[in-house]
Formats: sequence, structure tokens, C-alpha cells
Amino acid sequence: MKTKAFQKIYTHIENITKATCTIKAEGITNEEMAYVDGRPAQVVKINRDYVTMQIFPGTQGVATNAEVVFTGKPPTIKVSDELRGRFFNAYGEPIDDGPPVEGEEREIGGPSANPVRRKQPSELIATGIAGIDLNNTLVTGQKIPFFADSDQPFNQVMADVALRAKADVIILGGMGMANDDYLYYKAVFDNAGALDRIICFMNRTDDPPVERLLVPDMCLTSAEYFAQDKKMKVLVLLTDMTLFADALSIVSNRMDQIPSKDSMPGSLYSDLAKIYEKAVQFPDGGSITIIAVTTLSGGDITHAIPDNTGYITEGQLYLRRDTDIAKVIIDPFRSLSRLKQLVIGKKTREDHGQVMNTCVRLYADAANAKTKLENGFDLTDYDQRCLDYAKEYSKKLLAIDINIDIDKMLDTGWEILAKYFTKEEVAIKKEIMDKYWKG
Amino acid sequence: MSTKGKVVGIVANLVTIEVDGPIGQNEICYIDLSGVKLMSEVIKIVGNLAYVQVFESTRGLYVGCNVEFMGRMLEVAMGPGMLSRNYDGLQNDLNKLTGVYLKRGEYSEALDPEKKWHFKPSAKKGDTIIAADWIGEVLEGWIPHKIMVPFNYKGTGTIKSIASEGDYTVHDEIAVVVDENGEKRKLDMTMKWPVKVEVSCYVNKPRPFKILETSIRTMDTLNPIAEGGTGFIPGPFGCGKTVLQHEISKNAEADLIIVVACGERANEVVEIFKEFPELDDPRTGRKLMERTIIICNTSNMPVAAREASVYTGMTIAEYYRMMGLKVLLLADSTSRWAQALREMSNRMEELPGPDAYPMDLPAIVANFYSRAGFVTLNNGETGSITFIGTVSPAGGNLKEPVVESTKKAARCFYALEQNRADSKRYPAIDPIDSYSKYLEYDEVREYLDEKIEKGWVDKVLKLKDILLRGKETRDQINILGDDGVPIEYHIIYNKAEIVDFCILQQDAFDKIDASTSLERQRYMVNLILDICNSSFDFDNFEEVNTYFKKVINQIRQMNYQEFKCDTFNEMEKDLNKLLEEKRLSEFSRREQLMEEVLDEKRED
Repeated sequence: MKTKAFQKIYTHIENITKATCTIKAEGITNEEMAYVDGRPAQVVKINRDYVTMQIFPGTQGVATNAEVVFTGKPPTIKVSDELRGRFFNAYGEPIDDGPPVEGEEREIGGPSANPVRRKQPSELIATGIAGIDLNNTLVTGQKIPFFADSDQPFNQVMADVALRAKADVIILGGMGMANDDYLYYKAVFDNAGALDRIICFMNRTDDPPVERLLVPDMCLTSAEYFAQDKKMKVLVLLTDMTLFADALSIVSNRMDQIPSKDSMPGSLYSDLAKIYEKAVQFPDGGSITIIAVTTLSGGDITHAIPDNTGYITEGQLYLRRDTDIAKVIIDPFRSLSRLKQLVIGKKTREDHGQVMNTCVRLYADAANAKTKLENGFDLTDYDQRCLDYAKEYSKKLLAIDINIDIDKMLDTGWEILAKYFTKEEVAIKKEIMDKYWKG
Repeated sequence: MSTKGKVVGIVANLVTIEVDGPIGQNEICYIDLSGVKLMSEVIKIVGNLAYVQVFESTRGLYVGCNVEFMGRMLEVAMGPGMLSRNYDGLQNDLNKLTGVYLKRGEYSEALDPEKKWHFKPSAKKGDTIIAADWIGEVLEGWIPHKIMVPFNYKGTGTIKSIASEGDYTVHDEIAVVVDENGEKRKLDMTMKWPVKVEVSCYVNKPRPFKILETSIRTMDTLNPIAEGGTGFIPGPFGCGKTVLQHEISKNAEADLIIVVACGERANEVVEIFKEFPELDDPRTGRKLMERTIIICNTSNMPVAAREASVYTGMTIAEYYRMMGLKVLLLADSTSRWAQALREMSNRMEELPGPDAYPMDLPAIVANFYSRAGFVTLNNGETGSITFIGTVSPAGGNLKEPVVESTKKAARCFYALEQNRADSKRYPAIDPIDSYSKYLEYDEVREYLDEKIEKGWVDKVLKLKDILLRGKETRDQINILGDDGVPIEYHIIYNKAEIVDFCILQQDAFDKIDASTSLERQRYMVNLILDICNSSFDFDNFEEVNTYFKKVINQIRQMNYQEFKCDTFNEMEKDLNKLLEEKRLSEFSRREQLMEEVLDEKRED
């Protein structure tokens, strides 16, 4: 806490709840930062001369005569090249024993980009994972979450994607991240020699939950500095957005707001959109791509958090354990990258779209055949071929441990198709069939 | 003197203001934050306290800020020059705003004050006029933009003078009119209108009877929307709602398309910004953008302006409708609008209705949908607004309040279904749950008899029967197993698959398949009904499946070809050969019986 000379110190707190306190003060501006008993807090409500603040670390032990100091400005972060390679907490204070960062001070959570100043994303991000590149191609400037149950290896996949994505800067925002996972990321980035490209804002499980609310904005304000000022390709990893939303609901609950679905605040959609919509492709080359993790409870995507997220993000990626091949795969049915059309067949080979759809359609036929099998019905020859196809498709293209380029994925696709199916069953446009069919 | 006030309370974007004079509900005011004016709207009044929703971020606002009330509701300015514009929800021209980021308190004029328009008068001195009468026109792009007597003109007036043909800016005086009391009013080419009030200076609003062609088969053929009709598209995320809306806006046969991106993704709006100026409009040969206006409030823009955006879009649509144009208004998504209402209702601590939405949500939605319609104008011409909204129901649950409210208001229902989307059967409109009430209109039946062919609606109903039977047989096959059902079941099921694969499914990313003319749809329906009305000879069900897969493949290949081109004709011949292999000369009695059994079961 840095008190400046002649700053007014208030010492009489009127109300204290679990997360907020109210004092009588004048000339206070909305969303300004304050320190209550040395703890960071933010103004969330003003009613005449009563000012209510949300205290990020919680109010345990705060006394009614605690010192309250207002900073006169909203939360800020100092941005400069010095951010690179550094680790910070949710307030942007170093946690890596390094010196504080010097640079231009910017408000976090600033205004949105004018849509007419954006460029349509069109640059492919190659990850080497066919479940992503072939079926759900990612593009710079996109925002996409992994919908995963907590037991699935999303951290590994995300780290792989981050390192292969050829981003200039990778910003990791950890919200309620287990210390072990934090160390995992640190180790992976270190081993890959990528530490100088990493910036990390970390709220771990042992930190107060409400602090998490600052993490995405910290990440994205830094990202905007690199993407817009420095014209760099920035990749922002946010994990876990479910825990972020939980923090939102805690705050809204303490503010006596009427909860909407799943006891989430009514503004959940807008709150999440403000974060995800920072993903942008600027015309001069800079971009912010957001890859997030939203953990599900038992795969339930109708819960308010994944549901609202799905409406904001440009698709979603699902991980699933395929018991037939004993590997984790990217689920081809429910996963979707909404921006893939911008690159499929344009930045990739012309047959990409058709191969992708046909493979998935036949995989769906295999799923039907499997249901038949489970229900004890006889399988037709076609069903049997579908099942064999599905296994090979899953193993050679869907599994997350694949690392090949897109042309190779397409060739593999054609090979598997020709191995199990006839031309009619594949039903691909004739011109493309003539050129690529491997039968 | 206008009413003034001071800020006394702030919670997020709900601000309480103590006022010193009279104010009105929904009045617009500006909060002065150190020189930056923040636009706001009054949403509740308690004594001398006004509760206003601020259309901007309230960061930095403090108690004591000065507020000025404007004495008017939220208005849009209308006149020549709105075409091809990209507006935000409050009708700021996004292209005119400087800077990469949207600055608070920066507003821009909706109409270009400098540009000169070539005005041709159509009324003359001495003519009597009433509100919305045409007094002249300018050419806006390719649309003859009528200059109208302002909609708020009361009573009858006489033209005292009117400008001669020539170039004028929108604010130049072009006419002077005198009303019955001798009061003079100068007219220019612009007018203002409060967005939440319907423009109703037309003669009447008859039942719609024409079909608005969208060139999307599952809509035009199966569940057509009427010109001046209303429809909505609910569906879980990832079902192709937005792609479908884009396809409609690209191909629909309307004079003018207004797209309201309401709380949706910025990248999708950018897609329209970038694609529409490139794409050709098949009817006029011009660029699509030349008949498009975009109202854009992306999901990260302030919530209150999101609510305004749908009204802004509707009001501009009404303005063009009064010129006798066919306007198509698309709003993606009305759920975001409803959520904006919910957020404000929540901040005002109103008692919540279902799912915490405001209690009057159904009324608000119904009121909005009813502003669409086909109208007869004062001069006997007609104009229309066809409105299609998307709904993004939480968790794909069609029983939630926004879907239910909309279902009561809209006449067409296009249900997007997760299973169809999963198996890539696009567009994922469920053919069985979806409906168009317009098919029941006698006017529409007559129109289709005329426009397409006699008895068309009966053919459409026949297709629906085939699809329904197909679904039922599929269920039976799934329960009883492939060889547990008679072979006819497989045939019935496969016939439904032909309808599904060849008519319903359409490749939005293929140049030719993306858009199908009514003429071609007529051909396809007849071709496929002909197949469905035939009997085929098979020994076992595997043969049935293999054979129909071939048929489907052949027709799909035809769909990718230019209608009636040489390759197409070749393929048609091959198809006929393929059909002759297995077709029987008469309809099998057994299959007919099966169909009857299915139909009877359903009626029970």
C-alpha cells in the first residue's frame, strides 16, 4: 500500500459484509481503487455520500476503524516490453522476485475496439493436432474455450497449442489454478525455451477468489499493448473461466443482486463477453487470440457458465476419452471452430472442407452402428466397416497426441476413406473425387 | 429551459439523478463527466429522483456530476444516406468514429450533412399533404429514396413552396407547408422519430399473402415466410444460426436488408462488413452492401445500447417501408436484447419473473414483432417489413421465457436442432418441429398456386408427411433392429432420407447449391415426389440402403451443378437410368398399407 502525502484517510467504516464495506466519503469516482486496511478494494456502488467497496482479499478481520485510502483511479497496469518473461499476481505485482515493471500506466478493462477498425481473421494457427487443424481449424484473433471435465488433460493440450502456435507473446492468466498446474506450465515453457515470450498473471487456489476478477483484464490490457502498439501476435490463455464466473456470483450475491440461472448474476453474459470480445485481429498484423478453459461439471453444457460462454466464443473444443483406442481425442461432434470457414479451402487445400465433413459424417454413422451393436442387433457390412473406420480415424486423426501438418492430415483422411468405403458411400463432389480419391 | 439534475447514486450503469424540474419517462439526458457527455435514458422516476440507464461505461462517474435533460425520447435521424452504413445501436456512424477503440461520449451524425443529393420534386405547390406523403425523391445508391412529409406532421397541410429539381444537402430547405391553422413548417430531407413508437401513418396492414423468397430450400419449400411476415430461429449455440441468417440476408429477395447484430460476436459483424461489399446481389447485379444497413452492438458494447439497437433497426426499416420498399429486418440475437432488459430490471431491484426476466417480457416481445408487416400506403402503393429474429435459448432449452414469448408473437418457427447439426445436416432446421403458419393462409395458397404451380401446398404437405413417416420408421428400426421390421419400412425411411439429403440439406459454402431459385425448387420437389410415389423392388434391406445411397449421391451431385446445364442434364439421364433399374410399374400395395398404418397410428 502506497499512501501519498495529503491523501485523505478515512477511519470510520459504516457497514461490513463478507466481501464489501461501506463508508461515508465524498468526491469518490465509480470503479476507483482503494485500500482498506492495506487490502486492495474497488468502488462498486455509490449512493450519495455512502460508498461501497468490494474488498478483493475479503473482509476477515477488518475493523470499523480500519484505514481507508482512495487512489483516485481505476485499477491500472504499467505496460512495456519489460512485462515479457515475468510472473505477476492479480494486481500486477511481481511474484518472481523481480523488480516492479516500469512503463506506461493504463487502465484495465478499457473500451472495446470499434468493429469497423477490425480485420476479418484469416491467418491459420497450425497446432499439429488434427482434431483441431483438420476439423476445427483455429485462426488468429479467435476466441475459443476448451469445455472439459476437471479430470481431462486440458492443461497439456493447451500448453502444446500455445507452444506450437508461433505466437510472439503468450499471456497466461491463471484463475484459481492449482499450484501444481502453475509449476507444470512454468516447467513446460521453460523446457521449450519460451520463457521470454511468456507473461503470467496468477491467482492460485490459495489466493482469495475475488481477486480473480482482475486477472483477465490484466492479461488483456497487456495483450492490447503488444498487439496494437507493437503489432505482435498475442496468444492469451485463460484458465479456468468457470472459477472466474464463480467469483462473479460471489460478488453479486454479496451485493444482494437477484440471481438468474444457476445462481449466476444476470449480467454473466455481458461480463464474459467483455473479456472474450477483446480477441481481435488488427489490420496491421497485430492480433489477440484467446484460448480459455471452462471446466464442466459432469459434462453438463447446459449450465449457465458453459452455455453463456458458447454463445460468446467462436466455437468450443471438447476433449473426450475414446475407450476404443484408449486415448483422449478431440470430440468431432460437439467441437466447433466458427472461424474455420475463413481458412478452410482458402489457406488450406481445396479438398479440406469436403474431407472434413465426410469423415465426421461417417464417424456419426459409426456411432449409430455402435448403438445398434450395444442394443444387440446384427450389424450390416456397412455398419461393420463404419466401426473399423471409426477406430482408425480416431487413432490417426482425432487423438490429441498427433503432430502432423494439414496436408498430411488430408492425405491420411483420403487413405482411411478409401480403405473402408466405396466412392458412392463417400459422396464427395465429383471434381474433388477425381483428383484425390485413393481407391 | 430544460430540466437539469445532479448525480446522487451509481451502481454499474444505473445512475440515480436528483432533478430540479419536470422529466418524462424514457427521456434522454446527458451526464457531464468532466466535459465528456454520457448519453442516458430515464427508466424510472421516484419523486424528484430519476433512475437512468447510461449507454456507456460509468467508470469515473461521481456524485455531483451535472446532468442535462433533453425533453425528448431516444430518436433516430432519417433521410438519404443511411444505405450501406454501419451504425451502432444509437445510430452513430461507426466509420466516422476515430480511433481503434470506441471512446466514451463520442457521438457522430447519422447522416452526412455535406453531401449533395439530386432532388426531383413529385408534388407541386398547392397540393394537399398528410404525414408520410411523398413529395419528391433522390437516388440513394440504386434505391429511389422518397422524400416524405415528416411522420409527426399532424393533420392536413398544403404545399406553399417546393424546391425545383437540383442538388441539395439533407438540411437544405426543400419545401414549406402550411397547415389548416395557417401555421408554416419548413421541411428538409430529414426527419426524426422516437424509436420505441411504431411509424403508423399507413392506411392499413392487411394479412400478408406473398412469399418472400430466400432461396433456402428448407424455408421456401417447406416452411415459407410471407413478405411482411415474422419468423424466429431458436437454437443452441453451434447449430448454424448465424450462418443461416447470413445466407438469408445474402439471398433473400428484398429491396433492403437491415441486419441488427445485437449483442453478438464482433468477428461475425466484421464478416458482414468485409463480405457484403464484395458479394454480388444476384437481382440487381450490384454489391450486396448497397442494399444493406448494419446496426451493430456487439456483445462487449454497453448493455443499455443493446436494448436500443433492435428498436433503431426497426424504426429505420419502417422509414424505408413508407417508401414502398420490401425490407427484410434480421436481428441476431433477440435473446441478448431480452438479457439486456433483465440486467436493467435486476439493477432496479424489480421482482423477477421466470428465469429472472422482467414480468412484461412477453408483452415487450409481442409488441416488437407486431411492428413488422405488409402495409398499404396513402398513395395505394405497398411496402413491407419481414422480420426474422434469432433466439439463443440457454442450454438449447425451448421452454425458456424468451422462446416462449417469441413463439406467441412470431408466425414462422425454424427450430435448429442439435442432432442435425452434429451429423452435419445443414441447415439444421428440424423439418418436423418447424412450422410456417402462412401455409394455412388461403391467400398464400392462392398465391403459390399462381406463382409456382397449382396444388403446390398439397405437395409441400406431402413432403412433410414423408419426413414424418421417415422419422417414425427410423424409430421403429432403432427399436426392432434392421431385420426386425418389414423391408417396406426401410424403403419408407430411405425415401425420407432423399427428401432430407436432397431438398433440406443445402451447402451454404458452395456457390451453386447455396441458392436455389423457386423454379429449381419446383423441379426438385416434383422429381423427388415422383421417386417417393414409386415402388421399388428389393430382396433385402441392405440392398435398399445401398441403392438409395446411390440415388441420393446422384441427386446431390446434380445440386452442385448449374440448373439445366449440360452436365446437369447428363446426370439427370444417369439418375433416370438408375431409377429404372429398380422401379416397379405401379405403386406397391404393401408399401401403401404400411404408410396407412403409420398414419393411423399417429392419429391415435
